[in-house]
Amino acid sequence: MLIFEHSSPGRKGAPQAPAEKASLTAIPEKLLRRQSAALPEVSELQAVRHYTRLSQKNFSIDTQFYPLGSCTMKYNPRACNTLAMLPGFLNLHPLTPDLQSQGFLVCMYELQSMLCEATGMADFSLAPMAGAQGEFAGVAMIKAYHSSRGDTERREILVPDAAHGTNPATAVMCGFQVTEIPTLDNGDVDIVALEQAVGPQTAGLMLTNPSTLGVFERNIETIAKIVHQAGGLLYYDGANLNAILGKIRPGDMGFDVIHSNLHKTFSTPHGGGGPGSGAVGVAGRLKPFLPLPMVTKEDNGNYRYLTAQDCPQSIGRLSAFMGNPGVLLRAYVYMRLLGREGMVRVAEYATLNANYMMAEAKRRGFTLAIDDRRASHEFIITLKNEAHEYHVSAMDFAKRLLDLGYHAPTTYFPLLVPECLLIEPTETEAREALDGFLDALEQIRHEAETSPELLHAAPQTLPVKRLDEVRAAKQLDLAYNS
Amino acid sequence: MSEIPSELKYTTSHEWVRVEDDGLVTVGISDHAQELLGDLVFVELPEIEAVFNAGDECCVVESVKAASDVYVPITGEIVEVNESLLDEPETINTAPYDSGWLFRIKPSEDDFEETEEYEELLDAEAYQAEIGE
Amino acid sequence: MPFIPHTDQEVTLMLARIGVDSIEDLFDEIPAHMRAAVMQAIPQGMSEMEVSRLMHQLAENNTRALCFLGAGAYQHHIPSAVWEITTRGEFYSAYTPYQAEASQGTLQLIYEYQSMMTALTAMDVSNASMYDGASALAEAILMAVRANRKSRSRKILVPTTVNPVYRKTAHTIVNGQQIELLEVPYDRATGTVTLEQIKQQSEGDVTALVLQQPNFFGCLEAVDEITDWAHENNILVIALINPLTMSVLKPPGEWGGETQQSRTSKGADIACGDGQPLGAPLSAGGPYYGLLCCKQALVRQMPGRIVGRTVDLDGNEGFVLTLQAREQHIRRSKATSNICTNQGLVVTASTIYMAIMGARGLENTAAACFANNNLLVEKLSAITGVNKAFAGTYFHETVLQLEAPAAEVLSGLLEKGILGGYNLSQDYPELGNAILVCTTEMRTEEDINAYAEAMRQVLEAIAASVYSSDAAMSAETV
Repeated sequence: MLIFEHSSPGRKGAPQAPAEKASLTAIPEKLLRRQSAALPEVSELQAVRHYTRLSQKNFSIDTQFYPLGSCTMKYNPRACNTLAMLPGFLNLHPLTPDLQSQGFLVCMYELQSMLCEATGMADFSLAPMAGAQGEFAGVAMIKAYHSSRGDTERREILVPDAAHGTNPATAVMCGFQVTEIPTLDNGDVDIVALEQAVGPQTAGLMLTNPSTLGVFERNIETIAKIVHQAGGLLYYDGANLNAILGKIRPGDMGFDVIHSNLHKTFSTPHGGGGPGSGAVGVAGRLKPFLPLPMVTKEDNGNYRYLTAQDCPQSIGRLSAFMGNPGVLLRAYVYMRLLGREGMVRVAEYATLNANYMMAEAKRRGFTLAIDDRRASHEFIITLKNEAHEYHVSAMDFAKRLLDLGYHAPTTYFPLLVPECLLIEPTETEAREALDGFLDALEQIRHEAETSPELLHAAPQTLPVKRLDEVRAAKQLDLAYNS
Repeated sequence: MSEIPSELKYTTSHEWVRVEDDGLVTVGISDHAQELLGDLVFVELPEIEAVFNAGDECCVVESVKAASDVYVPITGEIVEVNESLLDEPETINTAPYDSGWLFRIKPSEDDFEETEEYEELLDAEAYQAEIGE
Repeated sequence: MPFIPHTDQEVTLMLARIGVDSIEDLFDEIPAHMRAAVMQAIPQGMSEMEVSRLMHQLAENNTRALCFLGAGAYQHHIPSAVWEITTRGEFYSAYTPYQAEASQGTLQLIYEYQSMMTALTAMDVSNASMYDGASALAEAILMAVRANRKSRSRKILVPTTVNPVYRKTAHTIVNGQQIELLEVPYDRATGTVTLEQIKQQSEGDVTALVLQQPNFFGCLEAVDEITDWAHENNILVIALINPLTMSVLKPPGEWGGETQQSRTSKGADIACGDGQPLGAPLSAGGPYYGLLCCKQALVRQMPGRIVGRTVDLDGNEGFVLTLQAREQHIRRSKATSNICTNQGLVVTASTIYMAIMGARGLENTAAACFANNNLLVEKLSAITGVNKAFAGTYFHETVLQLEAPAAEVLSGLLEKGILGGYNLSQDYPELGNAILVCTTEMRTEEDINAYAEAMRQVLEAIAASVYSSDAAMSAETV
């Protein structure tokens, strides 16, 4: 039932707004609204109950194991939320003079510094509001760098075929052409193909390491050399930074520019799809191009925003203010809670959990996409045999997992692996959860053999059964009309 | 296995081509292509009088899980589009070679069937080999 | 070990199952010479108690001055229930609704959000939100370029009454795609853009026109006239709005349509703006969210997520992400945008906010902002040395010209506990010593009187010091 269907004309909400409507007669009538907007008219309790009940229809980290590969669904410590929502932060207007915002600015400055240290980059900007915007900033900086040197013929960005879809979409948004580089069966980039692809037209290569196939790119040094020798720059997609935090740093691998998804590695909430943060870091030669605003510390110990006057070569602003400060504050609190020793353990235990699950999955007879390598913080099962033998798909497995109380892993990504499940347990899950999930997978495979209709009809225990997506796309119903 | 009528010509990007008696050329997408895409939910048609070179993108067919560009197989001007698809895109699924046609084009060369562009189109056998069926 | 549950015994057992001796062995594919050293520049970890003390101290280091600042972020009352429910773990710690059956809460909420936003803007379609108002404007411009097939110029008219920071952001984002943003100057008398000025800038083919309502100066633009003219000339209209004010002002979906021939093209084609006034705290600048709405015909050019209502196998109502073929994970390099999230949690808050407030609550809030601002402007402009810059109608922000340096006045006010407004001298030097003040429903008559009194004292003090330094100077010359 929609909130609109709880509505009764004339029902007043809570005492949340002025009781009387002040006169608007000073405004010319033709600029005024003629009819009230058709919003629901409900009591505060009705609204509270409705949205509380809606929340209960969601799976979430707080309620379920959520091994969604490539998304790093780990525990979001509650302290991060509470402390980011202190009134002194919540009531701070973004245009408050710097001297009256010191408490906030010091957090941002230190977050920049900690991110530099954690990634091995020379400088960081917290401006991008999501991973995709971080990618945009990074590729725009690559473009600005080349054109600042009068090197205007570099029109092409290279992207491995296993990459997230955002990589090619970003490159095009920045005005580049995209060339895909194939990936070998063992998960490494095809070096021969890369060597053939680079040239004076190469602006850069966008790479995720560990890759979306869940393995570390062992030839990273060679790749960096090939791209740099061709005059291109190396972009690090930080989607999988959780796997290597404190173990190896993108800056030390030769990357020139990176974005870090703070909502993954630094555990800010995913919030049903956002807000995120895609902070960008750069090696020295790209520093002048970082997006604004950033925060600097002055000699007198005060913190202030850097402006376009300070950074004339900056690619500019990506938002009206400072990215998503509430998210940045949560990441700051998280990093202070963990400290340097805690961050190393993030990678260690994320990797331990993934490799344990991979070994156990294999022992239980599942087929691994890449069998003879270490998993990073995630790994891939392919269900092509099950699909062939029992006529069930990876999607059927995923839906049946929901019935058993587990959020499904990422399905059908990466696109290179047929009928795949990309599984990322994260470091915050206990062994019981991992074993429980593997038991569920085994149970489902058994069901696929004996009663496949259970899978085809799944889920049965959730608020809705499988939904008609064709109808949704064909008979568009995108808003309630009373 | 999909249907590949032998009287038609094909492209590697899965369009089919039929030269009509009046010299116009009708274009659609192959049965194989519609199978790959799944249930079609939307078709964006080219504008009448638009002029394209062979290989240009000219319209889009969209299913729930994919959207695919349709390329113009031959150089010419769009003279007619199948407007019934706007309301019933599923026609492409049910009758890809018949009422599911997309557009008609007037080739810029008069003796179209003598041109190199025409030569490069695949016949049914070659297309079948192309899609590996 | 913060947030890591493993016991030593479990670690031993897990390593044995993997077949390695230590956790370190799991990293043996990483070249040894590239391994990271200890990250000295990151402090050691702290307990929650210690971090809590630190954050409380830092939060106290931010000002608590009375806020008369607006310029794109507005301090409004937010019912307690809004964030209480929004931060429930089931909303807070869920991700993108990829598994629709396990995400009906988030999906239905977004559908309700889309419904409320289309009701408020009178537009046909809303997406699930963009990052913020400024980036939503940039995406609206990109969308207009894709949508206006009759135009080849990629020229966009952007009046200087559009928030300067939004213009800068739009420039950054559309920069790579050969799109030209052409500025249109405003009328000095009214603080609005006139049709004459727009016509002067629009020689030849123009793709779209941006119109902010209320504009950056708080003034009200002649939206009907300009929309109709734009449509007569095949120019798409991008409305940039403050959604709270749309509860009482004519919404973009109803702009224009005044004449017989313009009736069919009535309404802005795309509407965008920042959703912050609807339930998001100031929070140093975010997270807010960008609203993005459009006419039905443009829906496939819309970037970002969209939720649709459909049915399940049993015919029961349910909600899914739809029109995904536009998006980057399917279309890759041909996607409408690289965006792949929305500002989900803030949209959650905003939806609950709108449900609790209802249309009447929003109207009364907006009207109170208008009335309070009128009162403030009346009191301030009664002070010698303070004048309204424009004669037009303004909503809840107003440009005031001062007979003293704006920066000096604002810092004087701040010493008296008043955040007195936004200094316009950098973005609009032609206005001289001008500030943009803003009043919301949260400012009481007492607050307003306090501001007026502070302003009087500050101006007097500045005048006195100028007088005394003049006197000192003349004493020196004597």
